[in-house]
Amino acid sequence: MSLPKFDYIAPKTLNELFELLDKYGERAKIKAGGTDLLIKMNNKVLRPEVIIGLKDIQELKFIKFDEKEGLRIGALATLSEVANNSVVKERYPSVAYAASVTATNQVRNMGTVIGNLCNAAPSADNAPALLALGAKAIIASRNGEKSIPLDEFFKGPGLTVLNSNEILKEVIAPIQSPNSFTVYKKLSPRSAVDIAIVNVGVSVEVKDNRFTNANIFLGAVAPIPLRAKKTEEYLKGKEVSENTIYEAGKVASSEASPITDVRSSQEYRKLMVEIITRRAILEAVDNIKN
Amino acid sequence: MKKIINVTINGDEYEIAVEPWKTLNEVLREQLNLTGTKLGCGTGDCGACTVLIDGKSVSSCLTLAVEVDGRSVETIEGLAESEDKLHPIQEAFIEKGAVQCGFCTPGMIMSTKFLLSKTPNPDENTIKKALDGNLCRCTGYYKIIDAIKYAAEKMK
Repeated sequence: MSLPKFDYIAPKTLNELFELLDKYGERAKIKAGGTDLLIKMNNKVLRPEVIIGLKDIQELKFIKFDEKEGLRIGALATLSEVANNSVVKERYPSVAYAASVTATNQVRNMGTVIGNLCNAAPSADNAPALLALGAKAIIASRNGEKSIPLDEFFKGPGLTVLNSNEILKEVIAPIQSPNSFTVYKKLSPRSAVDIAIVNVGVSVEVKDNRFTNANIFLGAVAPIPLRAKKTEEYLKGKEVSENTIYEAGKVASSEASPITDVRSSQEYRKLMVEIITRRAILEAVDNIKN
Repeated sequence: MKKIINVTINGDEYEIAVEPWKTLNEVLREQLNLTGTKLGCGTGDCGACTVLIDGKSVSSCLTLAVEVDGRSVETIEGLAESEDKLHPIQEAFIEKGAVQCGFCTPGMIMSTKFLLSKTPNPDENTIKKALDGNLCRCTGYYKIIDAIKYAAEKMK
């Protein structure tokens, strides 16, 4: 381990941060937990002149919930804090679960949910559930804040819509319909640590034993977390039955466009998308019924 | 350019000058000679470099030393009460034969300390989950699990 040389600055407020981002632009990298950034720097993939540490910016340290806006996760909320937060566990169990199966205890104590999104790995554990919940991304810069659907945040592996003068300040998961439930599922060779071979976030709404809405996002099968539009359309209006859910898995598999890499083959990924999508829908339906 | 940080390490206060690109692991081992903390993978997978910062387990290889300014760090060297009296977790690892080559042991013990600080009576699954970031390549996880159960009993 030996990192390339850089200067380090830790602003205390968002205003100071935005001034630094304007000043250094592409020459700087923002650091929250740093568990992805430092590895990329160690591998000499990134060589920023300056690292801007967010750690002292109190305005970014929060997990908030209210009945109007829903769940707000700030840029410095660590994976462990989100995984262990009692409101998140009760109201957004898929978000808590996704955070709890990201990396290791040590990394969860350092890394953040927002950092996992900004790193923009196609397999990011924290993306599918938040996407299925219809989360919004709050992007902040010196020019103020804007809200975009999280679905529009990812642009490719390691790429997001963020400009060098902007940060992802928070994500907001809105209040969910009482007839809906969201599930995150991940398949990886070992139960812990590993990056997902495939993952899925499923949110379904059921009324009178019919699917009235479905949001389905597949991870690690496309350059960005993939919205399974055909599967969503397939489910809408259909009766909740084993057959519907079985067929939905097949549709999801047909939509996925995975590649073969060191972790898995394309064929295996396609087959596993079918299986975990089905299991996730079943689990969501069971939770709505209970 | 070096930056001055004030940090508490194992209860002792230090004022040290560190280069911004140095990790906590490098500063502990190379600047302060606290070589009980190991460096394994350097990517946050193996846990050999685990230390506690403000009571929470972290990978010291992925922590910038400049960022521990004002914080409290605990390493394996800080556990024993004295040269004659080891910490109950250390005693339990020795008594249960949970050490083989010993390279993963400091990290395992720091992860155990973090676990027992939150969950004084962990069941086996909780112990396994708590060790998800610590690899042992000598193959001996079961003795480590036994040692953690025994350490929990000792600390009651």
